[in-house]
Amino acid sequence: MNKAIRFIPLVLVIILGVVLYRGLSLNPQEMPSALVGKPMPDFKLTTLLDENKVVTKADLTGDIVLINVWATWCVYCKYEFPDLIDIVKKEGITLYGINSKDERPMAKQWIEKLGNPYIFSIFDEEGSLGLDMGVYGAPETFVVDHHGIIRKRFAGVINPETWRIEFKPLLSQLKEEFKQERLAKKGKA
Amino acid sequence: MINATNLKAFTIALMTYWVLSFSATASPVETFKFKDDVTKVRFQTLTKELRCPKCQNQDLADSNAPIAADLRKQIYAQLNQGKSDKEIVDYMVDRYGEFVLYRPRVSSLTYVLWFGPAAILLFGAIIVVVILRTRTNREEDNAELSNEQQEKLKQLLNTTPNASTHSSNEKENNH
Repeated sequence: MNKAIRFIPLVLVIILGVVLYRGLSLNPQEMPSALVGKPMPDFKLTTLLDENKVVTKADLTGDIVLINVWATWCVYCKYEFPDLIDIVKKEGITLYGINSKDERPMAKQWIEKLGNPYIFSIFDEEGSLGLDMGVYGAPETFVVDHHGIIRKRFAGVINPETWRIEFKPLLSQLKEEFKQERLAKKGKA
Repeated sequence: MINATNLKAFTIALMTYWVLSFSATASPVETFKFKDDVTKVRFQTLTKELRCPKCQNQDLADSNAPIAADLRKQIYAQLNQGKSDKEIVDYMVDRYGEFVLYRPRVSSLTYVLWFGPAAILLFGAIIVVVILRTRTNREEDNAELSNEQQEKLKQLLNTTPNASTHSSNEKENNH
């Protein structure tokens, strides 16, 4: 009994050490999004290129889509653009943009100069949609499934490597889910 | 001499002023007009209770990040709309997660956080009590002598007054 008690401090120190050591390898910037598993929020905004065209949530959802938050004030977005264009071309993904808290003429200029990876960009001048989606910077990218449920939030720059690690596995999983559901529906019909 | 003390006093005053001028906080300055003092206090409390999602070690009141400014505006707008503190906090948590709360809610995820310190303190207290008890028990064990030992003690006590004179004899007897 007494001998066992003598070892308690050692055991406690080892446990504490393991916990703290694990803490070292965690990335504090990587936060679980409050919105993963929740539906994409409703919105009613115009598109970047046509200020008379109003888009809503219904225009985005129905398929597996990616939504990328960008702005001309975001330096890293500039790095991301060529890779986004490339990935859209190669992978055949459906990509929409949210142009967050930006000025329309400047953002239009960007698109003309750098190319347009998006089907369309939502012009979110006030940042209200961004706020509803829990965005706190740019670039950020969301994956929304065919039910309109947000499945992933990625804060950071998409490049071939982050694409391969962060998005590819999830997208193939979602595609498989979508396929299975369609088969199930067909079976019922 | 008078000049010297004057100079000293002046220097001290100058130093104090210099130090005080630095104590002004570097918090962002915004001009929010509140309809009454209660709303003002509520705004100040809320922005201190909520963490900036971008700069994680600052509260909303203290942060210069654009997102913090947006959230301050949002809180201000919602206060003016007559929303309750709970509604505003829920709004933030829905979007940015439990993370934005400096005082996390009690849930199965945060039990360790809330009750861990108390549990560790209790555990420590129990250990201290156990150790103290075993120690006093041992002392009591030492204090209690068997009948045989009591007899011996009595003998020894009785013999002590003459111990010095008989010591040589005893030695001889033992042999």
